[in-house]
Amino acid sequence: MADLKIRNLQKGFDGTAIIQGIDLDIRDREFVVFVGPSGCGKSTLLRLIAGLEEVSSGHIELDGQDITDMAPARRDLAMVFQTYALYPHMTVRKNLSFALDLARVGKQEIETKVTNAARILQLDALLERKPKQLSGGQRQRVAIGRAIVRNPKIFLFDEPLSNLDAALRVQTRLELARLHKDLQATMIYVTHDQVEAMTLADKVVVLNGGRIEQVGSPLELYHHPANLFVAGFLGTPKMGFLRGTLNRVEADNCDVQLECGTHLTLPQSAAGLSVGSTVTPGVRPEHLNVVSTGAGRMQVTADVSERLGSDTFCHVRCTSGEMLTVRVRGDFAPRYGEALTLDFDTAHCHLFDADGQAVAKPLQQAA
Amino acid sequence: MNSPAIDTPAAQASTPVARKSRRLAPGWFLVSPSVALLLIWMIVPLGMTVYFSLIRYNLLYPGENDFVGLENFEYFVTDAAFLSGAGNTVLLVGSVLLISVVLGVLISALLEASEFFGRGIVRVLLISPFFIMPTVSALLWKNLIFHPVSGILAAIWQFFGAQPVDWLAHHPLFSIIMIVSWQWLPFAILILMTAMQSLDQEQKEAARLDGAGPIAIFWHLTLPHLARPIAVVVMIETIFLLSVFAEIYTTTSGGPGYESTNLAYLIYTQALLQFDVGMASAGGLIAVVIANIAAIVLIRMIGKNLTDKQ
Ligand SMILES: Nc1ncnc2c1ncn2[C@@H]1O[C@H](COP(=O)(O)OP(=O)(O)OP(=O)(O)O)[C@@H](O)[C@H]1O
Ligand SMILES: [Mg+2]
Repeated sequence: MADLKIRNLQKGFDGTAIIQGIDLDIRDREFVVFVGPSGCGKSTLLRLIAGLEEVSSGHIELDGQDITDMAPARRDLAMVFQTYALYPHMTVRKNLSFALDLARVGKQEIETKVTNAARILQLDALLERKPKQLSGGQRQRVAIGRAIVRNPKIFLFDEPLSNLDAALRVQTRLELARLHKDLQATMIYVTHDQVEAMTLADKVVVLNGGRIEQVGSPLELYHHPANLFVAGFLGTPKMGFLRGTLNRVEADNCDVQLECGTHLTLPQSAAGLSVGSTVTPGVRPEHLNVVSTGAGRMQVTADVSERLGSDTFCHVRCTSGEMLTVRVRGDFAPRYGEALTLDFDTAHCHLFDADGQAVAKPLQQAA
Repeated sequence: MNSPAIDTPAAQASTPVARKSRRLAPGWFLVSPSVALLLIWMIVPLGMTVYFSLIRYNLLYPGENDFVGLENFEYFVTDAAFLSGAGNTVLLVGSVLLISVVLGVLISALLEASEFFGRGIVRVLLISPFFIMPTVSALLWKNLIFHPVSGILAAIWQFFGAQPVDWLAHHPLFSIIMIVSWQWLPFAILILMTAMQSLDQEQKEAARLDGAGPIAIFWHLTLPHLARPIAVVVMIETIFLLSVFAEIYTTTSGGPGYESTNLAYLIYTQALLQFDVGMASAGGLIAVVIANIAAIVLIRMIGKNLTDKQ
């Protein structure tokens, strides 16, 4: 069992508030990913959970027990560090067994656990090596192995893949996902790579400036971002934002006059917003299409294009100056400065009010 | 302004010339002045010492400089003073190394582990004895600490009603070990403290999560991390401790008897107190051999540790 409850957690360094009141529930066997821009306090939150930093105020509960002031070793959590933090002068075997040795576990049991962890992570052949004789990926696996042998209630990962090359990162990501299923473990994972967040997580926690912006499943966050920050943070390339004003508000739809001249009817109920207030509609690159002149909704000018082979990301400029990104086929590449016409399905449009909060969207969208 | 990339043809054309001129004016021709100077610097004194050690050369009997073979060496080694001098040297070097390394590790570990007001000042204070001249510090110890009448230790002994000890007379070698340790402990602290700061914090945190307390962390992480800096301290200190002289000269003058005479001091007594340059040269050569043996042993033992990549 591993049920973690965080209640109004705050942390400041020398008077600067870094974590500003976090409430979060993590259930048994969940894979939770913390994402957010650099410096938003992801690592700090993880270290608070691990007990490596002292809490300024608030509570952390594990399985109903208050662990806020408990020593890190007694919390029964294991952490994998970004730099792996292997003990350099110990062999891989000794690295794996260090915690058990300290806890005076029997020789036989240590042997079984180490062998088991080594088998899971394919480290059998490397047990007698020192960390410096390992490749980055192997070190990474030793660091994970060191967590596995302890059979902790929760695994904590702080950007464990960021020192690996792209190919190895993809492979290790898959291994981690498999490990999560095989061990039926509870994991908390910090990253700023949103592909990792989207692919690994049962639950994504988007942090910004020491606060939680939104918590939800990856697709929930993708389809129903709660605010401009989450909408802009998740998804590559970024969602494009337009400027507009509300023209008409109905129970189940509303009209928006865009600054670039286009008129949209969106299926959102903007109840509570007044006619004439500023709003920000948003469209993801994958929901925009380039159509033949005259047929579309808005005229734009092509800026630079990024050709990836499978797709092309065209950056375009609206007549009112906003930049949008359009995802098109890989063989399509407009000239710089070429006039294009864009079209999109208003069902895929997001709408944010003047404060950046999402205007409720009908739910069938999640499908 | 020609960039090398641009005048490639010219460079190619000049290559044979350059190769030829390199053959004509080899690099060794350019470095030879400094090499020659170094060689002369080393060879001339060494040659003279070897020469002096093979002849009778006593300043009290000028003119009687006949060749005596290895007689000087024989006398120097069989002299009672040599054995005690060699023994004292080993004892002095060994004890000071032990004291400075053990205390150095402990003190720097404590300094590193604790946050307290004025830590910076304490660091400076701990390191400052290293900057005091050996003669000065020896005199300080002699007159302010060890002195049986005016010394601090005498005052403490008296406070407890005990008879003050004349340290330099009764425990001469021990006293000198204290003085020299006081001078070299700061060096160990300086090196070890710096090394300790380079210990990866995440390793410590990982160990804390693994259930290691401060002592386990010290034993399993800090000490192995310090292996290399300790090797450096041992090597450098050995080189300097083999030639301790001023501390002995200003305090005990090697006495009483030969109780606090080390090899360096013994050679000095031979040459300048007994005016026997031949014998002193022989002693000097023996000291060179001993120092080299020590260096080779140390490099064998520790050098591997140094060059071994972590
Ligand atoms: N020990 C500390 N003392 C003072 N400030 C700190 C300390 N640790 C972190 N901070 C500050 O707290 C903020 C959050 O840091 P944190 O390491 O949690 O960021 P992060 O979200 O993990 O960023 P990244 O993605 O770059 O790792 C930063 O502004 C950082 O400067
Ligand atoms: Mg971080």
